[in-house]
Amino acid sequence: MIQVENLTKRYAGHTAVNNISFEVGKGEIVGFLGPNGAGKSTTMRILSAFLPATSGRARVAGYDVFTHSLQARRHIGYMPENVPLYPEMRVDEYLRFRGKLKGLHGRRLRERAAEVKDLCNLREVDHKIIGTLSKGFRQRVGLADAMIHEPDLLILDEPTIGLDPNQIRQVRDLIRNLGKHHTILLSTHILPEVEMTCSRVLILNKGRIEASDSPQNLLSHLRSAGSLHVELKPGGDDAESLLRSLDGVKEVVAKPAGEWMSFRLRTDAESDPRESIHRLAVDRKWPLRELSRARATLEDVFVEITQSDDA
Amino acid sequence: MSRFLTLLFREIKSYFYSPVAYVVLFFFLLLTGFNFFAGVSLLNRGPTEITVVEAFFNTVLFWFGFVLVFPLITMRTFAEEFKMGTIEGLMTAPVRDGQVVLAKFGGALLFYIVLWLPSLAYFRIFEWITGSEAARAGGAYWGSYLLLLLLGMFYLSVGCLASVLTRNQIIAAVMSFCAITLLFFMGLLSFIVLNVSPFLRDIVGYFSAIEHMGEFSKGIIDSRPVVFYLSMTAFTLILTLHIFQARKWKS
Ligand SMILES: Nc1ncnc2c1ncn2[C@@H]1O[C@H](COP(=O)(O)OP(=O)(O)O)[C@@H](O)[C@H]1O
Ligand SMILES: [Mg+2]
Repeated sequence: MIQVENLTKRYAGHTAVNNISFEVGKGEIVGFLGPNGAGKSTTMRILSAFLPATSGRARVAGYDVFTHSLQARRHIGYMPENVPLYPEMRVDEYLRFRGKLKGLHGRRLRERAAEVKDLCNLREVDHKIIGTLSKGFRQRVGLADAMIHEPDLLILDEPTIGLDPNQIRQVRDLIRNLGKHHTILLSTHILPEVEMTCSRVLILNKGRIEASDSPQNLLSHLRSAGSLHVELKPGGDDAESLLRSLDGVKEVVAKPAGEWMSFRLRTDAESDPRESIHRLAVDRKWPLRELSRARATLEDVFVEITQSDDA
Repeated sequence: MSRFLTLLFREIKSYFYSPVAYVVLFFFLLLTGFNFFAGVSLLNRGPTEITVVEAFFNTVLFWFGFVLVFPLITMRTFAEEFKMGTIEGLMTAPVRDGQVVLAKFGGALLFYIVLWLPSLAYFRIFEWITGSEAARAGGAYWGSYLLLLLLGMFYLSVGCLASVLTRNQIIAAVMSFCAITLLFFMGLLSFIVLNVSPFLRDIVGYFSAIEHMGEFSKGIIDSRPVVFYLSMTAFTLILTLHIFQARKWKS
C-alpha cells in the first residue's frame, strides 16, 4: 500500500526526514513512534501529497504521491495533526462538503455521511457548529472526514493527542475496528496505544527509522536481557552482594522499604536465576514476598532506542 | 467541475457566516444610497447636461468607498486557510490548486456582484418616479456596470494575491488596500503631472479607472480597457496560483 524509498525532506538547511525507506502492506496497522520533532508529521504530509520531498520517492496504492498526486489522494484519508476544521460550519454540512470534494454525491454521499456519523458517534452533534465542539468531538469529526470516501489507506497524525482517557479508549477502539477494512498509518507518542492497536511499529528518531518490528518482537528483544524484581527481609545479612554473586546476575539495585528490601536485578540474556534466588532465601531463612520477572514495556524499547545515541 | 462548484459554494457561504460580510453589505448600501442621493440633489439644483448614472459613478465618495471594499472582501480568502491550518485538509483532498484559486476568486466576485445588486434598483426606482431617463442610453447604464465588473475582477485578484502572501488577514487587507489605492491613483497621475512622456502617459492611461468610468458611463465602450482588465486579472491570478503552491509547500 505504501512504498517509501530514500525519502529526504530538508527545511532551509535543517533535515527533518533523512533518507528513510519502508513499506506498509495492505491491511497492516502501522504505528509511527518517535519523540517530538522526529519527523513523523513531515513524513505523513509527504505521503498524503501535501508536501513535496526534497529527494526520494513515495508511492501510495501504486501512485507516486508527487507525479500522480490526484490519483494518490483519492486513495488516502488523511487526518492532520491537531485536526484543523472550518469552525463556522456545522458537522453535517462539513462532512457533506468533504464528501463532495472527495468525489461522493447523491445517495452515496448521504449514505456515507450517515455511516461515518454512526461509526464516530457524531449523531448528537449533527447540527452543532464545529467551533463550539469539545476536543473529543472535533477529533471524531476529523476521523469521520478521513474515512468518508472509504479510502484504502488512512493516515492519522496523533489521533488521540489532547483527549481524556475515556475518549482515548473510544478513539482507539474505533481505529482497531477500522483496521479490519483499511490499511492504517498512525503516529503517536502514547506507547501503550501502539502496543494495543498496531501490528507493526516504526520508531523514528531525528529523521531516521531506528527500528521496525511488531510490538511483540521489539519487547521480546528487550526482554531477553531481562530484569527481575525481588522483595525480601534480609535481617542483618548483606543481601545485595550475595545476590550479585549469583550466576547470571549482572547488576543489582537495592531499595530499602522499612524492614523489607526491594531489589531490581538485571540478568544475562540466557539465564534465569529465579531458582537460585529462592534457594538462597531458604538457606538464609529470609522471608521472601516477591520474585517476578519485570515486564518490559514498549516504553523501555523506546527510551533505549531513542536515547542510546545521545549518550 | 463538480469539485469546483463544491468549493465555490463553500466560499460564497463562508462570506455569510462572517459578520464582516454584513458590515460590508450595510456600509456599501449606505454609501451607494448616499451617493445616489447626492447624484439626485445635483440634478435638482437646476438643468444640467449630466444624467443621474454619470453623477452617481463619478463622485469622490463613490471611488473612496469603492477601493475600500476589495480588501474587506478578499482578506480572508487564503490567509485564513493558512492560519487555521485547514489548507492541509483542503489540499490533501483530490482537488487541483487551480480549482482552489479560481473558487476563492469566484466566491469573492460573486459577493462583489451581490453588493451591487441594490444599486440596480435605485436607477429603476428613479426612472419609475421621475419618468425621466437615468442614463443617456441603455449602453451607458450597462457600460457603467461592465466597467465595475472588470475593475472589480482586477482589484479582487490583487486582493487574493495579497491574501495568499500572509497568514494574517489584517496584513493582507493593508497590503491589498495599498496596492489597489496605488493602482487606482496611478491613473490620476496623468492629470497631476502634465509633462510626462507620451509613452508613460499611455501606460498610466490604461490604469485610469476614473477616465474609463467617465467614458463607460456615457455609453462609450472601448475594447482596450476591456482587454486590459481581463488580461491583468488573468495575470494576477496566475501569479496567485504560483505563490499559493510555493507557500503551501513551505508551511
Ligand atoms: N514548515 C517547517 N519549516 C521548518 N522546519 C520545520 C517545518 N515543519 C517541521 N519542521 C521541523 O522538522 C522537524 C520534524 O518536525 P515534525 O515532522 O513536525 O516532527 P514530529 O511530527 O515527529 O513531531 C522538526 O525539527 C521541526 O522543527
Ligand atoms: Mg507531529
